Amino acid sequence: MDIFIQQVVSGLATGGIYASLALALVMIYQATDVVNFAQGELAMFATYICWTFLNAGFPYWVAFLSTLAIAFVGGVVIERVLIRPVENAPILTIVMVTLGLLVICNSVAGWIWTYVQKPFPSPFPERPFKAGNIVFGAHDLGEIQVTLLVLLCIYLFFRFTPLGLAMRAAAHNPVSSRLVGIRVGWMLALGWGLAAVFGAVAGMMVAPVLTLEPNLMGGVQIYAFAAATLGGFTSPGGAVLGGFIVGVVENLVGTYVHFIGTELKFTVALAMIIVVLLVRPTGLFGSTIVKRV
Amino acid sequence: MSASRLPRVAGLLALVLIACALPFVMSNFRLFQFSQVYIYAIAILGLNMLTGYNGQFSLGHGAFYAIGAYASAIMMDRWNIGYGWTIPVAGVLCLIVGFLFGLPALRLEGLYLALATFSLALAVPQILKYFEHWTGGSQGIVLNKPNAPFGLKLNPDQWLYYLTLGVLIVLFWLGANLLKGRIGRAIVAIRDNHIAAEAMGINTALYKSLVFGVSAAYTGVAGALSASVIAYVAPDSFNVFLSVTLLIGSVIGGLASISGAVFGALFIQFVPNWAQDISKAAPWAIFGVFLIGFMYLMPFGIAGGIRLLWIRATRSRVPQEGRSAVPTQAHTTT
Amino acid sequence: MRRTRQLLAIVLALGMAALATVPAGAQTVVGVTATEIKIGNTNPYSGPASAYGTIGKVIGAYFKKVNDEGGVNGRKINYISYDDSYSPPKTVEMVRKLVEQDQVAALFQTLGTPPNSAIHKYVNQQKVPHLFVATGATKWNDPQNFPWTMGYQPNYQTEGRVYAAHVLKNHPNAKIGILYQNDDYGKDYLKGFEDGLGDANKKMIVMRQSYEVTDPTIDSQIVNLKNSGANVFFNITIPKFAVQAIKKAHDIGWKPTHYLNNVSSSLATVLKPAGLEASKDLITALYMKEVTDPQWRNDKGFTDWVAFMKKYYPEGALDDQSNAFGYNVAILMTQVLKQCGNDLSRENIMKQAANLKNFELPLLLPGIKVNTSATDHAPIEQEQLARFNGEKWDLFGDLFEAVRKH
Repeated sequence: MDIFIQQVVSGLATGGIYASLALALVMIYQATDVVNFAQGELAMFATYICWTFLNAGFPYWVAFLSTLAIAFVGGVVIERVLIRPVENAPILTIVMVTLGLLVICNSVAGWIWTYVQKPFPSPFPERPFKAGNIVFGAHDLGEIQVTLLVLLCIYLFFRFTPLGLAMRAAAHNPVSSRLVGIRVGWMLALGWGLAAVFGAVAGMMVAPVLTLEPNLMGGVQIYAFAAATLGGFTSPGGAVLGGFIVGVVENLVGTYVHFIGTELKFTVALAMIIVVLLVRPTGLFGSTIVKRV
Repeated sequence: MSASRLPRVAGLLALVLIACALPFVMSNFRLFQFSQVYIYAIAILGLNMLTGYNGQFSLGHGAFYAIGAYASAIMMDRWNIGYGWTIPVAGVLCLIVGFLFGLPALRLEGLYLALATFSLALAVPQILKYFEHWTGGSQGIVLNKPNAPFGLKLNPDQWLYYLTLGVLIVLFWLGANLLKGRIGRAIVAIRDNHIAAEAMGINTALYKSLVFGVSAAYTGVAGALSASVIAYVAPDSFNVFLSVTLLIGSVIGGLASISGAVFGALFIQFVPNWAQDISKAAPWAIFGVFLIGFMYLMPFGIAGGIRLLWIRATRSRVPQEGRSAVPTQAHTTT
Repeated sequence: MRRTRQLLAIVLALGMAALATVPAGAQTVVGVTATEIKIGNTNPYSGPASAYGTIGKVIGAYFKKVNDEGGVNGRKINYISYDDSYSPPKTVEMVRKLVEQDQVAALFQTLGTPPNSAIHKYVNQQKVPHLFVATGATKWNDPQNFPWTMGYQPNYQTEGRVYAAHVLKNHPNAKIGILYQNDDYGKDYLKGFEDGLGDANKKMIVMRQSYEVTDPTIDSQIVNLKNSGANVFFNITIPKFAVQAIKKAHDIGWKPTHYLNNVSSSLATVLKPAGLEASKDLITALYMKEVTDPQWRNDKGFTDWVAFMKKYYPEGALDDQSNAFGYNVAILMTQVLKQCGNDLSRENIMKQAANLKNFELPLLLPGIKVNTSATDHAPIEQEQLARFNGEKWDLFGDLFEAVRKH
């Protein structure tokens, strides 16, 4: 039983990692209707910026907040400069631009900071909590809390602020939004900025566990996609839950299904997601796409 | 129609003749590179049928490429079947797998379909490693390069060049006939408005899964050819980046365009080489810049860009032509 | 409209054809002129394995140093290195370019097991020296079937056997848990270790857990390994996961005798991030001086390397063992060229590569020497066990000689 609980706990911790980046993916999808393949790499880049601050002797939270500010500006600038020229192009053209951004970020980070992995500090205490035989990593707990906090912010923002409403409107129906006076272009830029901030949070929460290197987010982003797909790309809460589910299920499959073992556990998790999609084609909590004929 | 047919046929014929003449002027290494281009072109045309013409996004065509390559490699390695036979078999196998995957995929749209197919691309290398007995695991399978048959005086590179070129021509001809005819119109109609298409009596479910199957078959044939040309298969050859690269090829070349597949193949074969000639420090960054630059200059791909240029040059005023050839956004909500 | 497309394609095809015609140099010795010798290489400068790209760069930097100092026997080394992104089809293309178009005299340090597997047959058919490949697989030492290929570092299987011997001697009743990366590298280590345990392996190994290189974490595997009751842990992971494994085992209070593969023996990038306390008593097998280990700080080989790095490769990291690895192997290659004298034919390059006797490299552990012969294509075959004392690696025991198979 202990092993079961411990596996669930460690699955939640890993799931929290997936969830944190999945939130950024969902954010940008909500705000701009685009899947940003460069989200993970932008997060990695932001984390390197934070590392540079820390290395220069700044206190953790100062570095953390400065990084968020830089990430926000960076996100806005990327939208204005890189995405805007193809704003009205087909969706796949925009996807190509994000792919270009992905390889550029990865390559440039390796060029600036080398590929040597760097330790990254955690703001949380080092000693793990113990309850009987079950161990909770302090950083894991802290990270899950931060993810939930970000989720709450997103929820409040989209649900209760006029700006959030305007952003949703701009993403869903740019033409009508313009008619009611929403500055659609800036709303999209804002979406990129906020997503970059959430991504940066994810990066800085993930790096203490995975150690910082240019491929920090490559694997995480794949899982974050899985989490967001499972939970539904239109639902931040669903994406977080999706992250936890993927993390836990993967661990349990790897532990208890001996025929599969650890070698195929990811494949099984993916198969499971496809099965879920067959029942609910827009994820567990995604809203159904309504099309006008 | 028939008046414009003659120069078209003549042009195509000239192209084919030039392609056939290349082995007499080119080094074996260049022939090898062009064989790769033809292989990519076949795979991209397959992806293009699905994504460009039918509007179903796939981020997982690397999986079908891998299945085709491994099917061919295992048949050659285990059962000593001639490579020539393995290619159609690999195609049929991928047709079946693609069709079956296309059935559940019917329920998915846009982004969710893209991510479902992406899962396929992620899972395939893991599965290949798991069935080590058949696939050689992570060590892969080393193959022999085929020699020219019938006593032809060609070296293996020249022979493989002609083989890939031949397969390319046949598959492009078949594809063009398929896409320009009745079936093609149905496929495009489904992309543009599937409800209207259904109302017109098109069996959308059947067509969509059929397109999935044919698309997978094209990509599978390409994979089978690559097994012979590279003479080696390993899970590392078929990672997620392959699927992404094929998608890049199809978008850069031009979606919903047959010639676009060739342009896309040229791009994914040669641009990474140029990128590293420019900078070894960060070749990926250069590639990314090329990619973004191409998309700015030609948002509808190279084929789309050429089309627009042509329209401008002949001053005919059909400015929206390019746009109609591109899938509508998948998530236009009411 | 269609015609233009076709016209354009024709123009394009003709352009490509023009590009493709290559003048074939009429040299008697391929890749060698009176003033230079061409050496070819492939490395992943892009893609997911680009961390290794620094090896290709540091080699280039070292050859530049050699050239600045007058070259080898009056010839400059023209080092041509291409990016293959660790993708076997791309390696085939780039190696064919090196051999057929650039006409290099020899290939050197092509990196990765799958990429090298893809070109193994080709280079032997073409009779091109394929020297000191950067992979730990065993198959490169097969001079009978592949006389043109030669390995470099101690292979992973041998290292696995070193640990197995130590386990059998010191913990005959051990219950062993293994974590390995699910690819050629992990499986080679695993095989060597299992072979080394011999018949005892079925009884002793209580659990094997694998991970994929794309997995973000390995927490779950460590939890399972602890739960298996294993009291010996063989940790076959690359640095990123080694840090996690050491940390996690410490966190959940699992204290096995912990064998860590050489790949992750770096103090700066693995042990320190994992915590020096948690890393105490780790056992590994070394053949190189670990460049961040304080015990080498005043070692001549080390200080020379630092001086070289500062002058010729300032952007390279001084805490990256790969840069030491590349430096060593570049020195070895230079030695082969020196031994060739004025006969730089491919046959002689291969002959001299297979004629290295007790050659010492500055960043190998003291006592470890490079030896090759016509029947031995494995240059470095010695390793020494070391235990981490909380500050540095304490070497112990004798040099372990690999059992020569051929």
